[in-house]
Amino acid sequence: MMTDAPILEVEELVVETSGRKPSRILDAISFTINAGETLCLVGESGSGKSVTSLATMGLLPPGALVAQSGCIRLAGEDVLTATPAKLLSLRGRHMAMIFQEPMTALNPVLSVGRQLDEVLCQHTSQTGPQRRARVLEVFEQVHLPDVERIYASYPHQLSGGQRQRIMIAMALLLKPQLLIADEPTTALDVTTQHQILALIKQLQREHGTAVLFITHDMGVVVDIADRVCVMHHGQLVESGPVDQVLGSPQEAYTQRLLAAVPSLLPRPPREATSNKTVLEVQSLEKVFNANQGVLRWLRKPVTPTRAVDDVSFVLKRGRTLGVVGESGSGKSTLARCVMRLITPTGGNIRVSGKQITELPKSMLKPHRKRIQMIFQDPNRSLNPRMTVGQSLIEGPTNYGTSRREALARGRELLELVGLPVDAIDRYPHQFSGGQRQRIAIARALAMEPEVIVADEAVSALDVSVQAQVLTLLHEIQLRLGIAVLFITHDLRVAAQICDDVLVMQRGRLIEYGPAAQVLGQPEAEYTRQLMEAAPGRGWDFAAGAPVKPRFSPVEAH
Amino acid sequence: MHASHSHLTLAPEGRGVSRLLSRLSQTRPRGVTLAAGVVLTLIISVALFAPWLANHDPLALSPADRLKPMGSEFWLGTDPYGRDLYSRIVYGARVSLTVGLGVAVTSVAIGLPLGLLAGYFRTLDAVLMRIMDGLMAIPGILLAIAIVSLTSASLWTVMIAIMVPEIPQVVRLVRSRVLATREEAFVEAAILMGTSTPRLLWRHLMPSTLAPLIVQGTYICASAILTEAILSFLGAGIGTETPSWGNIMSEGRVYFQLKPSLIFWAGLLLSACILSINLLGDSARDALDPKMKRRMS
Repeated sequence: MMTDAPILEVEELVVETSGRKPSRILDAISFTINAGETLCLVGESGSGKSVTSLATMGLLPPGALVAQSGCIRLAGEDVLTATPAKLLSLRGRHMAMIFQEPMTALNPVLSVGRQLDEVLCQHTSQTGPQRRARVLEVFEQVHLPDVERIYASYPHQLSGGQRQRIMIAMALLLKPQLLIADEPTTALDVTTQHQILALIKQLQREHGTAVLFITHDMGVVVDIADRVCVMHHGQLVESGPVDQVLGSPQEAYTQRLLAAVPSLLPRPPREATSNKTVLEVQSLEKVFNANQGVLRWLRKPVTPTRAVDDVSFVLKRGRTLGVVGESGSGKSTLARCVMRLITPTGGNIRVSGKQITELPKSMLKPHRKRIQMIFQDPNRSLNPRMTVGQSLIEGPTNYGTSRREALARGRELLELVGLPVDAIDRYPHQFSGGQRQRIAIARALAMEPEVIVADEAVSALDVSVQAQVLTLLHEIQLRLGIAVLFITHDLRVAAQICDDVLVMQRGRLIEYGPAAQVLGQPEAEYTRQLMEAAPGRGWDFAAGAPVKPRFSPVEAH
Repeated sequence: MHASHSHLTLAPEGRGVSRLLSRLSQTRPRGVTLAAGVVLTLIISVALFAPWLANHDPLALSPADRLKPMGSEFWLGTDPYGRDLYSRIVYGARVSLTVGLGVAVTSVAIGLPLGLLAGYFRTLDAVLMRIMDGLMAIPGILLAIAIVSLTSASLWTVMIAIMVPEIPQVVRLVRSRVLATREEAFVEAAILMGTSTPRLLWRHLMPSTLAPLIVQGTYICASAILTEAILSFLGAGIGTETPSWGNIMSEGRVYFQLKPSLIFWAGLLLSACILSINLLGDSARDALDPKMKRRMS
């Protein structure tokens, strides 16, 4: 139900930081959204997409960001010059926003029903029973089960997907004309994300709401957008209908962005380079038992959590094994057991044939060297108070290498990971996220390990940086023959980097085999569900066209 | 969600007077910090150069000159025993600052390692923190009075008496920082690289406790100076043969209505000293706290 009159018009919007030396955050952004249409703002971190949404809501942080010129017209009213009272009614009646993390957007000490009731109380003159009926009605609309129970629940009693549904219900309560969704599914699992996207689409169809959808995920764009605006460094690089922008991108930046999206089709299998088993895990088990300690007989018995339950795999030299699964599937616990950061409760771990499961922490030191880890967030895995050089030489000097030798090796490693040699005297905060992850990789390599465990090592990175880091890992693996245990929730990344894939659900091994087989022709029902839910699975980014029904192998990178 | 927006609209929207007010409340004027620094520097130099600044022996009794008014001979007058008040206050600064700095440094020096150990070793934590809880349950002043009355009242016993109840504060602070930092990925990375535990504590965990410790140290310093004055005022502190601001005020109390300056000058200096230390502590906290820095920039 498209109409001609645009709901939201943004014209030549310029936002700058306030201060003596203002820097430009948004540089003359213009776009419009019509009723019943979804416009996706897509870009990497720092591109200004969230600032655009905040400016539209009239929520620019006072004293930090200032809209210098341009206008934002919503229902004929300029948001930038509206009085606070006018803005308040605009926010209720005409626009509403869904945030990325529903847990922080909801008040933890009020039941969700009361929080929605408050919205109606603020903006309408309905009586108590009327308001309650309306809230329950909206809960039904967003497909929440058992609405009466949900009404009285507190946010922590609900799952992540349910909380995001509550946020959507809250946004829809006053039937706004414009819904702003700022990365609403980024914090959710892929199957939940799939459901939420479908819900937003359905509600939009039914109510004719215009949606401004902000995301960094090209797959999500394919699934939800009618039109796309690509943003880069505060500028609008390219905009147009989704098929056009994704199918035949005109600008170099858009082309690069699209080329960096990994394909869901597994890459062609690699030849095995060596027969040497470097990591072997047999029926590994980790049970978290809440009933421990001296006072355990005083407490209510709690059923133990089986975080990892009977998982076995073999990793050979020079190969990459991907462990995929949703949050809570036990993949990180598996990694921490293999690293012996936590002690498994059963099963065997052999690193280069040596059993390390039963060793006490004090005897682990000789084995630590063989297996190193790369963490998810490079901002937190490097000590902010130590120079890059100090971080790089810490491991080798612990094992008796002299300082000078370790530093010389550190310089070589920095070159290997594509950083300038003078980086050695700088501190982590002087580098970007991608560069920091390169430093973390160099630090792991400094130990000359046989196995690297990468726990969501590229998940915190922008898609173009992610592609670079993956290429780097690939090159290092070819050159040094290191085996990689790659933990990820992202099936696209798994498809492009892994030789073998292990799918986990609730601590259990669901499917394990060569990547082409597990991701190409999944046997287990759960793996199929995961593949179905992967955002943008209907679009082939490399070819710039919808995926053909019969898949043909596509060359990676 | 909408409710939170309504709060936001009630808040100043960045125009006119309200904006100015919100700016002022966010940033502490530099002048205040500067003034506090100047006052404290002055008090420290008075303490350092006391022998040159004082124009009388602070201990010399002279019954003939008792309760003299302010004048050219005795700048601030004399006390009931004929001792020069000005010289006594100048020497009193030495005691106050020694106690303040001494207590701050020693309590941090003892509390820091205890806190590091308690934060890292969970079994030790259980024992150590119960001892600290026990110490914190005893009111500081009472404990100090008890320690001083059991031993002889010297500068050392007073310092130890004030320091003991401050140690749990430091231990708790350091422990909480260690508990938070040990979960960071860089600590786990160091463990995986085979870093030994003492080195881990010193290189990776200790530095993150320094910023809050500096702030806590200034508050301990201020409160120690105050506690020393209170102890002296109650007669449980350092004997009157060593002048301190507390015992000057204590002795002046009897003649307070006759001659208010006996209490006034020592009290004024004590207040100025504590206020400026606290202000400097606040500035240090703002400067060291990354969140505040972002708000102030």
